This record gives sequence, C-alpha cells and structure tokens, in this order.
Amino acid sequence: MPAHPMLAYLWIIPLLPLLGSAINGLFGAKWPNKFVNLAAIGSTGLSFLCALEAVREFLDSGQVLFRKEFFTWITAGDFRAGFDLQVDQLTVVMVLVVTGVGWLIHIYATGYMAHEGGYYRFFSYLNLFMFFMLILVLAANYVLLFVGWEGVGLSSYLLIGFYFVKKSASDAGKKAFIVNRIGDFGFMLGMFLLFRAFRTLDFQTLFDAQHAAGWPVEAYGQFGTITIACLLLFMGATGKSAQLPLYVWLPDAMEGPTPVSALIHAATMVTAGVYVVARSHILFTHAPTAMLVVAIVGCATAFFAATIGLVQTDIKKVLAYSTVSQLGYMFLACGVGAFTAGIFHLMTHAFFKALLFLAAGSVIHAMGGEQEMSKMGGLSKKVRWTYATMFIATLAIAGIPPFAGFFSKDAILFSSFQSPTGGRVLYAFGLLTALLTAFYMFRLIFLTFSGKPRYDEKKVHVHESPWSMLGPLVVLAILSVIGGWFVLPTFFQGPDYFANFLGPVFGGHESMEAATEAATHQFELILAGVAVAAALIGLAVAYWLYIKRPSKADDLAKSMKPAYTTLLNKYYVDELYAAAVVRPLLWLSTNAFWKATDVAGIDGTVNGIAHGARAIGDGVRHSQSGNTRSYAVWVVVGAIVVLAVIFFWPVASKTALGFVR
Amino acid sequence: MLSGGHLLSVLIFFPAVGAVALMLLRGDDHNFIRSITVVVAVAEFLFSLILLRGVPIGSSGYQLEEFAKWIPAPPIHYHVGVDGISMFLVILTTFLTPISVLASWNSIQHRVKEFFVMLLMLEVGVVGVFLSLDMFLFFLFWELMLIPMAFLIGIWGHDRRVYAAVKFVLYTMAGSILMLVGIIWLYNATGTFDLVGFHSGGVDVSGVQELLSSGALVLEPRTEMLLFLAFFVAFAIKVPLFPLHTWLPDAHVEAPTAGSVMLAGVLLKLGTYGMMRFCLPLFPEASHRAARWVAVLAIIGIIYGALVSLVQPNLKKLVAYSSVSHLGFVVLGIFAFHNISMQGAVYQMLAHGISTGALFLLVGMLYDRRHTLRSASLAGFRRQCRSSRHSFFSWRSLRWACPCSTALSANS
Amino acid sequence: MVPTNYYVILSAVLFGLGVFAFIFKRNVITIFMSIELMLNAVNLAFVAFSQALGKLDGQVFVLFVIVVAAAEAAVGLGIIILIARNRQTLNVERVDLLKL
Repeated sequence: MPAHPMLAYLWIIPLLPLLGSAINGLFGAKWPNKFVNLAAIGSTGLSFLCALEAVREFLDSGQVLFRKEFFTWITAGDFRAGFDLQVDQLTVVMVLVVTGVGWLIHIYATGYMAHEGGYYRFFSYLNLFMFFMLILVLAANYVLLFVGWEGVGLSSYLLIGFYFVKKSASDAGKKAFIVNRIGDFGFMLGMFLLFRAFRTLDFQTLFDAQHAAGWPVEAYGQFGTITIACLLLFMGATGKSAQLPLYVWLPDAMEGPTPVSALIHAATMVTAGVYVVARSHILFTHAPTAMLVVAIVGCATAFFAATIGLVQTDIKKVLAYSTVSQLGYMFLACGVGAFTAGIFHLMTHAFFKALLFLAAGSVIHAMGGEQEMSKMGGLSKKVRWTYATMFIATLAIAGIPPFAGFFSKDAILFSSFQSPTGGRVLYAFGLLTALLTAFYMFRLIFLTFSGKPRYDEKKVHVHESPWSMLGPLVVLAILSVIGGWFVLPTFFQGPDYFANFLGPVFGGHESMEAATEAATHQFELILAGVAVAAALIGLAVAYWLYIKRPSKADDLAKSMKPAYTTLLNKYYVDELYAAAVVRPLLWLSTNAFWKATDVAGIDGTVNGIAHGARAIGDGVRHSQSGNTRSYAVWVVVGAIVVLAVIFFWPVASKTALGFVR
Repeated sequence: MLSGGHLLSVLIFFPAVGAVALMLLRGDDHNFIRSITVVVAVAEFLFSLILLRGVPIGSSGYQLEEFAKWIPAPPIHYHVGVDGISMFLVILTTFLTPISVLASWNSIQHRVKEFFVMLLMLEVGVVGVFLSLDMFLFFLFWELMLIPMAFLIGIWGHDRRVYAAVKFVLYTMAGSILMLVGIIWLYNATGTFDLVGFHSGGVDVSGVQELLSSGALVLEPRTEMLLFLAFFVAFAIKVPLFPLHTWLPDAHVEAPTAGSVMLAGVLLKLGTYGMMRFCLPLFPEASHRAARWVAVLAIIGIIYGALVSLVQPNLKKLVAYSSVSHLGFVVLGIFAFHNISMQGAVYQMLAHGISTGALFLLVGMLYDRRHTLRSASLAGFRRQCRSSRHSFFSWRSLRWACPCSTALSANS
Repeated sequence: MVPTNYYVILSAVLFGLGVFAFIFKRNVITIFMSIELMLNAVNLAFVAFSQALGKLDGQVFVLFVIVVAAAEAAVGLGIIILIARNRQTLNVERVDLLKL
C-alpha cells in the first residue's frame, strides 16, 4: 500500500461520477428513481469522500504540489501531453467546492426532478458534468484541462437543452455551446501560442519559479507573446465564465432545470474561467496589460449585469445576471493581482449562489412551476425554511457581515482600491455594483416573499419542499454563514487563514502583500465600513420601494420609461448580436457561399462543361445527315486538304515528296 | 513466385472471394445473402486485426511485404506492403464494412445480392489501394473502387442518384487520368512502376522513390511541379479539397446509407493517403513550394465547408460539407510538414472516419423512419429513440473536441 | 509524240468533271457513272506517265484499277437495285436513313 493511497489513485475522483453517468445512461432507463439516485448520489458522494481523503493526505504530506502522471495520452515529436493530475492548495479548494456543492445539488435534484420524465438521463448528464469538471480542476497540463473545459461545455449543452422538446430550451443549449466555442477558439490559440513559445503545456514545467524568473515582465501596451497568450486564454475564460461580450448564453441557460443552473451556472462551470486565470497567474503577472484587461472587463461586466438585474421579473433571470455580475468581481480581483481574493469569492459565491438557485427552485416547485416574481408574493409564512435559507443567502451576497459574502467582497474591493492602475475607478464601480447587488437581491426577496400574494390562492397550492430539497438548502445556508470566517481574524489584526493556505500557490506574486500595518489596517476597516454602508443603502431602498411603497416602484419605472425598457430588454445585446453577426453570417453562407459559389459557380462550371460537351455533340451530329452527297463533298474537301498539306506545308512536303524522289 | 507472407493478399482478395461466392447464389434468399456478407466482412476485420501484431510500433519502412512478378513488359509487379499509416486505414475500412452491411440489412430490398457484391468489391478496391506499393497496381485498385461505388450510388440511391453517380465517376476519373499520366511519365523516366523497390529473395527491382531520393533520377523543378500537380489534383478531388469538392454533397445525399458510410468513412481518406504516400515522398521540393497555396485552399475549405454546412436544410448535405471542412484540417496538417501535424492528420483521418460513419448511420436511421432529410421536419424525433441521439452528440462532440486540437496543434 | 502534259490535263479535266458530277447530281446511277469517269481519268494519267517514263508499272496499275472498278460497279449496282426496290426512288437525297 503506497504511503498516500488516495493520491496514488487520484483518478478515482473523476472516475466515480463517470461510472455513475455510464450506469445511469446505459441501464437507468427502466429503473425506478431510487436506483438511479443510488448510482448518481452514491458516485458523487463517494467522489466527495475520496476528495476529502486526498486533501487530507495532501495536507498530511506537507508537499506544496503533488503531481502524478498516469498515462501518456499524446506524444508527437517532442510534445507530450499526458493524463497527469495534480493537487496543490488551489486544487484543494476547487475540488472540495466541486464535489461538495455538487453532491448537495445532486441530493436536491432527486427531490426537484422527482416527477420529471427522463430522470435517468438527467442524472447521467449531471454525473458526466461532474466527471469533466473534476478533470478540469485536477489537470496538470493545459491539454487535459481543455478536455475538461470542452466536456463541461458539452454537458452544459446537454443539460440546458434537457427539455429538448421545448424549442427555447434547445435553442438555449445551442447558444450556450456556440458562444462557449467562440471563447474556446481563443483558448486554443492561447494554448498554441504558449506551446510555440515554451514547447510544453505542462503546469509544473511552465510555472517553475526559476523558469519564470527568466521571463521579461512585459510593459503596458506592449503586446508580447505572454500578453497575447494571456489575452487569448482570457477570451476563453470570457466565454466559459460569461463575461462581456460572451455572457449572452447564461441568462438563456435558465431554460434548464434549476439544479442545473445551480451547479453549472453558479457554482462550478462558470468558475472554470476564474480557475484558469488563477492557475495561470504566473503568466498573467508577467503581462500587466492582460491583467488590466481582465480587471476592466470584470469590473465592467459586474456593473453592467447588475444594472440589468435591477428590473428583471423572472426569478431565475435575476439570479443569472447576478452570477454574471459576481463572476465579474472575481475577474476584477484576479485582474488587480488579488488572486486569493478572487478564489475566496469563488468559494463563497459557490455557497450562496447555489443556495439562492436551489431556494429559487424550491419556490418555483412550491408555486407549481411559476417563475415570474410578479405572480408571487407573501410566501414567507408558507415556505418558512426556504424563506429563511434564501434570506441568509441574500444577506451573504449583499455583503452584510458576518456572512460569507462580506469578507470576500470586501477583500476584492480593498485590493482593487489599492491597484496602481485606475484603482479608484475600479473601486468606485465595484462599490456601486455592491449597492446595486444588495438592491436587486433584496428586491427579489421582498417581491417573492413579502407583501400580499399576487396569485390566485385557490389555484396554486403553495407547499413546502420535501427534505431532500431542504436539507441541502440548510447545509449551504450554514456554509454561507461561516464560509467567510477564515478571513475574520484579519479584522482583529490576526492572520488571514485563507490567504495563508493559498500562499504557496500564489506566494510572492500577489500585489496585495500581507502589509497589515496599523494605518493600512485602519484604512481597510474604513473601506469595509463603506462597503457595508453601500449594502445597507441598497437594502433600505429596496425595502422602501417594495415593502413600504409598492406603487412607487411602478411609478419610478414609468417615469424612467426609456431607461427601464432598455434595462428590461438587456440593452438589446442579443438583438444586436443577431443583427450584426448572426444574420449576416447566415445570409453570407446561404447566398454568397452556398448558392453563388458552390451551386452556381463550381457546379455551374462542372455542369456547364457537361452541357458544353453535349452542345458540341448536338451541333456536330448534323453532319451525320445520311445525305450521301454531303458525305461526298466532305470526301472531296478532305482530299484537297491532304493534297494541299502535302504540297505546301514545308515539313510534310519534305517527307512526302522526299519519298517520291 | 510470391515471396513474403500472405496476410496482405488475403486481406485484399478475401472479400473478392466472398463476392464471387455471393454471385453464385440465387438472388431471392435475402437473409442468407446478408448473413454470408456479414460473416465475410467480420472475418476480414478480424484478419486485419492481425496487422496490429504484424507491424511493430516504432518500425519504419514497410512490413509484411509481398512481391510477385506479374507483367514482364512494361514491368508491373504485384507488390504490396503495409506501414503505420496504411495499417490503421485498412483496419478502419474493414471495421466500417461490416457496419455498412448491418446498416443495409433492412433498408435494401431490391437486388440485394448485387448490392452486397458491390459492397465487397468496394472493400477489395479500397484495401488494395491502401496496401499496394506498385504504382500501376495502385492505379488499378484506385479505378477498381470507383465502379462499385458508382453502382451503389446509381442503383440503390435516392432521387437524383444517376446524376450523382455519373458526377462522382467523371470527377474522380478526370483526376485519375492526370495521375495516370504522371505514373507513365515516371515509368518512362525510371523504367519501373514500383514505388519503393524490392531487394530480397533474389529479386532486385528498384523503386521510383528510391531513385528519386538517392539522386539517381533528378527532376527539373518545373517537371517536378507538374508531376506533383498531376498526382495532387487527383488526390485533391478525392479529399475533397475546395474548390474540387462539389461532387461530395451530391454523392452523399443520393447514396444509400451504407454507401455514405463507406464513402465518407473510407473513400475520402484515399485522397489524403495518396498525398502522404506519393506527393510528399516523391516530390518534396515541389510540395514545399506548393504548400502555401495548398494551405490556403485547405483553410478556405475548412471555413467555407463549415459555413455552408451551417445553412443546409438537408441533413446529409450538412454532414457532407462538414466532411469537407474536417478533411481540410487533414490536408493542412499534411502540408505543414511537422511530425506532430502529420500524426494529427492521421489521427483526424481515423476519428473522422469513425464519427462520420456514425453520423451517417444515425441520419440513415432518421431517414428510414421519417423518409425526409429536411431537418425542420425532424423535430422532436429524440423522444422516439433515446440512445441514438445520445450517441449522435457524443460522436459529434468527439469529432469537435479531440481531432481539432490534435491536428491543429502544430500548425502555427 | 503527244506531249505528256496534254494527257495529264485531259485526265485532270475528266477527273474534275467526275467530281463535279459526283457532288451535284442527284441520280444514283449518274453518281456511279461519275465514279467510273474518275477512275478512268486516273487510268489515263497512269498510262500517260507509263509511256513517258518508259516503265510498265503504270500500266500494271491500270489493270488493277480496271478490275477494282468492275467489282465495285457490280456490287454498287446490286445495292442500287435493292435501294430502288425498297425506297422506290433513285434520288440519293431520299436515302438518308443514317441521319442522326
């Protein structure tokens, strides 16, 4: 038995969900729900336990990085990409989040999807997703990561389009995959560029400290190889993590069942982009231009999405835009060099966003499928557990201490304030976004749960969800409360446990050094206070608009009609894309390429040649007139021509007359 | 007589034996005919697996060579051999043939005997192309596989089958004529039709490749380019490379399912195989000079094929154009002249063969049940057959994910 | 002696007349007669040259031509009789069954 058995067989962690997926997919069609559950939850749960064990062994071993090559997948020339898995502190965080939250969502889904058709198919896909996601976070080189990357994109497509009979759902699935693919194009180019520059795509080799010390730090505005590679990788991250301009698939992805939204579009898949940026931090820190782009895009997206979320009426759409916005925060953090803060927010966000989605699902389930908040209201007494847990999550996302979101958001805002490049602007927008976040989240809570019911109480029988659904909600709520407490001691000038944990990974590459001198510390406390104040303002405004004076909200909407409609229609971005990109491309392909070039042009030439041959034949056949006399004429003409050639053509006459001589 | 082992000859001619056996049967016991065919095809596949042992990893040159003097003047020999590239393609062929047989089990109802005879003869031709090392023999098998394919499309196809079959034959044959000219020119210059030469067992025949690479025969640049083009055009038509691709959509749409599977899965690889076997080794200088233009055409093919496939209402045409796109990658990989890209190209050939074969099978199944290929009319089909759609997407995603990255990996 | 030129010119004129008739006459029998005329014109030329060059080759050739002409006339007239019986016409323009 090797010293660390779990680490030696690390591949079991992704393999278990794959087995679960295969079993359910191949055999589950005829099984009753509980067998499907057993395979799905069992495999994911076991995977979580194995992950825990692997983490324990890793921490036990005291290593900084554990890496094992399992088999060689591609060798071509001097390029080698293997099925290599690695564990370091960053992986620890990611793998625990993925397996832990994933498992909770699986349990939830057994309750939520209990009456749906295609039950086995759902869990098969969900497990497949877990497999690919785990490959992604455990990968030790870009190629394997990319396999996981594509795989989660595929699973996302399958799951979003789960209700494939509904056209909007299958369209949403396609949109997700295609937009993702556009980002992947950038990611691939980035990989190729890295390969060309370094001849390897292996993390350990690429990110070796001595190795990296030899690279130049590229100045602002200089688009060296590393900068371009980072920008391309970020393009992939933009697609996967729904940032501007490739975020458009995420709101549509709400067509999928709610557990899917929770798992994929809140906790795990969309965080893959952040993970990649964090994993490649050594590259990024050598390319300040790229970091600046990341920060700006993240900040802009955060703000942009928050503004759209202000007026949406579908509960899931609000949460979708909220996800886009929070992801923007994570990228903002990475962009200013605070990778730890970004990952921290990734973790806390996984907790409270998953909780929000699951609770929303619980509400939808209670309301018999209704998703429009305008048709809800007054549910707080009727679905107490859902209300309580969702409220906790809202407090967390709004950034109210001592809930988890406060600590992570505060860390991000603080580090962006300190950023040398446009830090104040970034901070301002970040703060504004925090205010907006608090506002729209509490708006959601108030509209859904408070006030008078805006639905027909006789038609809809509101009932609390079963414990299979409530259990995960409670667990996530607890995590949303305590999840941020790693960082709590810093407020009392103690150590930042989370940052210390991730220290070996991000080490001396963070711009946010542990400079907790008194002055900086006091400053941090002031900024924290400002952030909380912003959140409370947001809460207060929401309270006033939706509890105290509900009619005021409508008046406000009417008085600012143009702004309101623009926001409601998501700034018409989808329509813009359709008009500027999709339609012209389709038109071009159909008319210019297919009809003109292929059918008319090439085929026309080919068929034209055939026609030409036929036409010539048609013309020439008239000489076969059956008319002897015309044949006679031709005979004579031919004879004359031959004679003329013999006598008058120099070459021929020499030969012919030469004979005569 | 025949020196060397016999496995390759068995591989080439065993389906022919099967075809002859079929011809002798009466045509009305359909199930018996089908069973015989599938047994022959599966047996052929199992024989081809022996190749895996016969060609050790890391060996260079040709293995399991067989040589026999055939025609004394001009000196055309029966020379066959296998190497790493052809081995996989042969296995792909023998793998797809029984699948095609099974796919046509119920959908072919008239002239069943002739159909399977054609299918087996097609296999003979294709395997022969992959294994032959004598240029004239290569050409013989090349033409040999045209006829059964033309019949398959023209008799058992759909509405515009005759047009599609004639187009297929004429297009491909036009290229083949050029190739024949090239072969004969090389014969005139070297005195041999053999490609690589055979120097054992008392036989000493030199090959064109040997002579060219050793410098015994030196070609002027212009001549070399013309010869290169002669071969290249023939193979480019087969690949198909833009702009010589227009026979493919018609051939695919009008072919029966088995025909499409064989066409897409196997016949298209002949073009790229030919480029790897003839154009690059025999005419390296010309290949390098032409590479820029070939790459441009390949890239145009990739993007153009993808865009046109996007807007096709007809499912089979959609897959046909996507084949154009995918094989553009292969050509790009071949003409990048990197070790990695060549490997990627071969890998892509295999992956494309399998995944396109699978796609066409699924499309065929859809067609059998709905009798339409217009995708708009096929909505909601998934409910009726769950497993097939799943594999549909797995295959489709496989062909997106794996081959692309491998093949493109070294094309910087 | 009569100069050879005269014979050649006469032969050419006769040949030309034969060609002319061959092209422009409609009656099958007339066409046949023109063929005979052409052949005889050629015979005349051969004999004239044979005499001028003092060799016998030309005259031998004439014998061959006469034989061939006779055979051809026999076969041809046989065909004409059949055509006349079946098509009831001797107009060569009406016999165009080989038309495409």
